[in-house]
Order: sequence, then structure tokens, then C-alpha cells
Amino acid sequence: MSDPSPSRPLVTFDGVCKRYGNITAVHAMNLEIYEGEFLAIMGPSGCGKTTSLRMLAGLEEPSEGEIRLDGKRINEISSVERDTPMVWQSLALFPFLNVQKNVEFGLKMRQVPTEERQQRARKWLERMEILDLAERDISQLSGGQKQRVALARSLVTEPRILLLDEPLSALDANLVVRMQGVLSRLQKELGITFVYVTHSQSEAFAMSDRVVIMSQGRIEQLGSPKEIYRSPASRFVADFVGANNILSGTVSQAGEDLEIKTTLGAFRCHAGTSDPFAVGDALDMVISADLVQISLEDPNTQNSLRCRFISEEFVGSIVTLFAELEDGSDFKVQTRQRDLANLSLGEESSFFVSWNATDAHLIGAKE
Amino acid sequence: MSPGASNSLILRGYVVLVFIFVFTPIVTSFIFSVNSDRFPSIPLGHFTTHWYETIFADPDVWDAFRVSGIVSITVAVLATFIGFCTAYTDYRYNFTGKALYLSLALLPPTIPLVIMGLAMLALLARINMSGEIYSIVVSHVVLCSPFAMAVIRMRLAQINPDLESAAWNLGASNWRAMREVIIPFCRPAIASAFCLTAAVSFDEFAVAWFVSGLNKTVPVIILEILQGNTDPQINAIGSIVFITSMTLVVLAQLILMRKTINQTATGI
Repeated sequence: MSDPSPSRPLVTFDGVCKRYGNITAVHAMNLEIYEGEFLAIMGPSGCGKTTSLRMLAGLEEPSEGEIRLDGKRINEISSVERDTPMVWQSLALFPFLNVQKNVEFGLKMRQVPTEERQQRARKWLERMEILDLAERDISQLSGGQKQRVALARSLVTEPRILLLDEPLSALDANLVVRMQGVLSRLQKELGITFVYVTHSQSEAFAMSDRVVIMSQGRIEQLGSPKEIYRSPASRFVADFVGANNILSGTVSQAGEDLEIKTTLGAFRCHAGTSDPFAVGDALDMVISADLVQISLEDPNTQNSLRCRFISEEFVGSIVTLFAELEDGSDFKVQTRQRDLANLSLGEESSFFVSWNATDAHLIGAKE
Repeated sequence: MSPGASNSLILRGYVVLVFIFVFTPIVTSFIFSVNSDRFPSIPLGHFTTHWYETIFADPDVWDAFRVSGIVSITVAVLATFIGFCTAYTDYRYNFTGKALYLSLALLPPTIPLVIMGLAMLALLARINMSGEIYSIVVSHVVLCSPFAMAVIRMRLAQINPDLESAAWNLGASNWRAMREVIIPFCRPAIASAFCLTAAVSFDEFAVAWFVSGLNKTVPVIILEILQGNTDPQINAIGSIVFITSMTLVVLAQLILMRKTINQTATGI
């Protein structure tokens, strides 16, 4: 991860709202995006992430609040004059122009003379390793090649910020991973700001310096991928991100080590540095699936539960087990393939899950 | 023979029958236009270009072709422009009364041509505009614009709405995006609409007959010749009209199909 210089925000969202009739797509959004950082905005569909990006691109006007670019208010500046190029989910390449002409488009609109325009476009085609495709029609390109054309077209004007709206969602899995590599290398080499909207956690976490999690038009959490992964700020984030297990309960014993009473029994949990909890507080206990141990015999620790095996899912050497707790709720465990081999789990077989008191993350339930 | 193959044979036979049904009168007319006998009868006489020579010797026919040419090209330009604007308005904007706007825009071809011609004559005569070439142009523009709109609207329905936004995002003003993105994207449909409206105008008789006065178009002169005498001159002129308008219509189809297939297959 490159180190964003947190000194100077390039973009500021200051209390930005966006309403469509009675529907509020974005609620009083405050966000600072720094020069040179890779920021991902992530959330389920309809959370306002694309609307936020489009407001930054000047394709939507905020209903309220102010967006500043480099300290200057840009609410009234049209997309045409902003130089905030965007890479579209649909790519939006011009089908009637060849690759080279697509890339030149932004320069042509800026009245750059023909010769310079061709040179600059070719430089970007070369950088994206598609110079040999310059004369091709868009319809003759593969998905990955189109992606590269779209990037070259947006970057050819050498903007300070690039907006990306789920650009990889149409590609197949292998290509996504490759393009992630291309994007993050590009961002580091250019040192410009990337704002990347996605609903995919793997894309967001793999590339970005900071991640914004949005839900229903509000920012739920803003932090590094690790912070968000290990210390989700709300139940929504814990649910949305990663493979987390969430147990709700109330504090029955306060102190250094809390005791939390749930319908499945009482658990011990290290209070850590988070907000102090008092006896009687309602909270959610988040146990990340990769911090869970499994065994066939009851480990006889307080933080263990009996569960019933439902199914498993392999992704390379990592296995995700889906199990059911005694009260019928789901529990997920991520473990390595070779650790699982010793257990020989079959249909309906039961096993125990356990976790360390320090590994559960606590979230105070909202009101 | 498998049932699929025999089905396909029946289907092919049926298609051939339909084409024979549609084209026999036209082909017959063409055959008699190069036949020496004065009255259409079998057996045929010998081959001749006499009837073509006769009609081209008639200055009235030349005049009619001149009028029809001027009218259909002018109409094609105006109707395609109006059709494009109407279709783009529909594509780009949402407004109250849009359904009404669209149905009004598509209304003219549903009015019986005789009524339309009569109404046009009544209006144009009242404002002293009847009997001129531009009277035919005005009437035909009303009649043809909806066809142009329909063709262009179909093309606009295929456009990825992000294309125009992408052009703005890359620094193109509204007008520039129209010129650099919307029009190039619609070019095949625009060309097709041009040919189609030219053909419709070139062929149209009823309205032209009412408003043309002394500036007779080709279909109007055909009727006049037909009223005067019944010799194969009519077949000759009919064949010319048919070839002209068929060429335009086929051209319209070809332009539209070739480009559309080409660009929508992968044209995200």
C-alpha cells in the first residue's frame, strides 16, 4: 500500500445530500479524499456509492452541501470542465470509433492539436500494453482489452483523480485478479487519486489504502481494510464485510474481561480498548470466521459452541464451513484444507467451535 | 427425410409462394413494359424499348420526375431532421405529457391519405400556399417525419446511456457530445430514415394529387396517362417508379442492418 499523505485533502464532501423527489440517496455525507490515495467506496446496491461518485464527476448535482476539489467549491462546475474522468461499469467506449480515436477523445475535446493528440494517445496505449490494437474496432476487443482502452481513455488527459465505477464487474474471475494488479500498480506509479466504487470486498480490500463502507446513503465506517476487517464499527459492517459470526447479548459482568450473556450461553470476552461497557449494555459480539478453532471434542472452554455441519466451500487451500448452532442460526468457520482433513466431517455430524477471549470484537448495539 | 427437414421445405415453399404473390403483378407490369403489343396479352410480341422512349419523349413526364426528385429529396432532409429531433427528445428527456407527445408525433400515417390530402388542400388554399412545389413538400414532411422518427428512435433505444455521459465526462459540451457521439451512433439510422422518407414521398399519390396543382409528381402523372390512354407506357413508368423506390427502401434496410449488427453485437 502506498502511503497517502494525510496532510491535504484533494476532495472534500461537506454535508453533501442527494435527493430524488422523496427519496434520499445520500445523507449529509462528510468525506475527505487525499491526494494520491486509493479509496474504495463499498456497499450493497442502492447504498449511494455510485451517486456519490457521479456527484464528484459532476453528472449529478448535490441537493445540499458542498463538494470541494483542491479547496474550491465545484458544485456548479459542469462535468465538462472538471477533469474528473470516470471509468464506467459499462465501459462506455464509443463503438463507432477505433481504439486510438477512443483514447484521443478527451484530448480532442480539449482542442489539443492532432499530432500531439495522437502522440499522447499512443503513449497511453503503450503504457496499457495495447499499442498493437490501436487501429482495431471496439467490437473486436476482449473484455480485458476493452478495460485497458477505457483506462487509457480516462487517463490520457493526465488528471489528478480517476473515478472508477465497478469497472471490473463484467470480467471473469481470473481477469479481475489480473486487472486488480494492473490498477493498483498504475495508481502507485502515477501517484494520482483513485476513487473506486465497488460492491466486491475482495476488490476493495485488495487495492485500496482506505475503504468507505456505505449503507442506505450513509457512511457506516471509514478506515484501512484491516481496521474494517478486524474492528467493524457497526453490525451492518460486520455483516457486510468478511465472514463474520455475530452473537447478540448483554453484558452480565463488567471489568477487564466481560461476561456476555446470550441465548446460547455466557461468553467471556476481552474488553480491549473499545468503549467501556457496563453491566446490562446490549452488544453484538463479532467473531471472525478465520479466528475460530474447531474440534470434535468439547474443548471445555467458556467460549465454545456445539454446532452441526451443513456444507463446505473450497476456495483454493481455504475452506469455509457452514454450520448451524443449537438455536438454528448460522455459524461460519474458515480454516485451511489440511487442518480439516483430520476431522472427517460428514453430513449432519457435529463439532465444536471455540475462540479466544481476545479475538471477539464487540459492537455496542445502537439504542 | 426427418420431420425437421420436411418442415423446413414446406416453410421454404410457403415463403416462395408469398413472394410470387407479392411480386407477380410487378413483374408482369415490367414484362409488358418491354413487350411490343399495345394490349397486354399472351403470347407476347417482341422485345421493345418503344414505350420507354415514348414516355421519355414526353416533357410532362420529365417535369414530373423533376418535381418528384426535388420534393422527395427536400422532404427526406426535412423529415429526417424533424424525426431525429423528435426521437432524441424522447430518448433524452422525461416530461409530463410525453405519451401524448409521442402519440401525436406518430399520428400522421394513421390518417387516411385522402382525408389528409383534403385537409392539407383546405389549409394550404386558405393561407394561399397551395399548388406550389413547396405545398407538396410541406404535406409530405408531415406524412414522412413519423417514419424517420420511428427508425431513429429504434437506434437510440440501443444506445448505452453512459455513452453521452462519458462524452461530457471527457470534456464534451452538450452540442459537442451530440455531434461526436449521438449523431455518429445514429448515422446508419439517419441514412436509412433518409432513404425511407425519400421513397415514401416519391411514391405518395393521394396527398400530392390534392395539393400539387400544376406541379405534378410522378404518381400524379401516371394517373393522368392512365386516364388518357391504356398502353404499356403506364407499365414503363410504373417499372421506373418501382425500381426507384425499391432501391431506396432496400438501401435503407441494408444500411440499418449492416451497421446495427456490426455495432450492437459487442458494442457496449
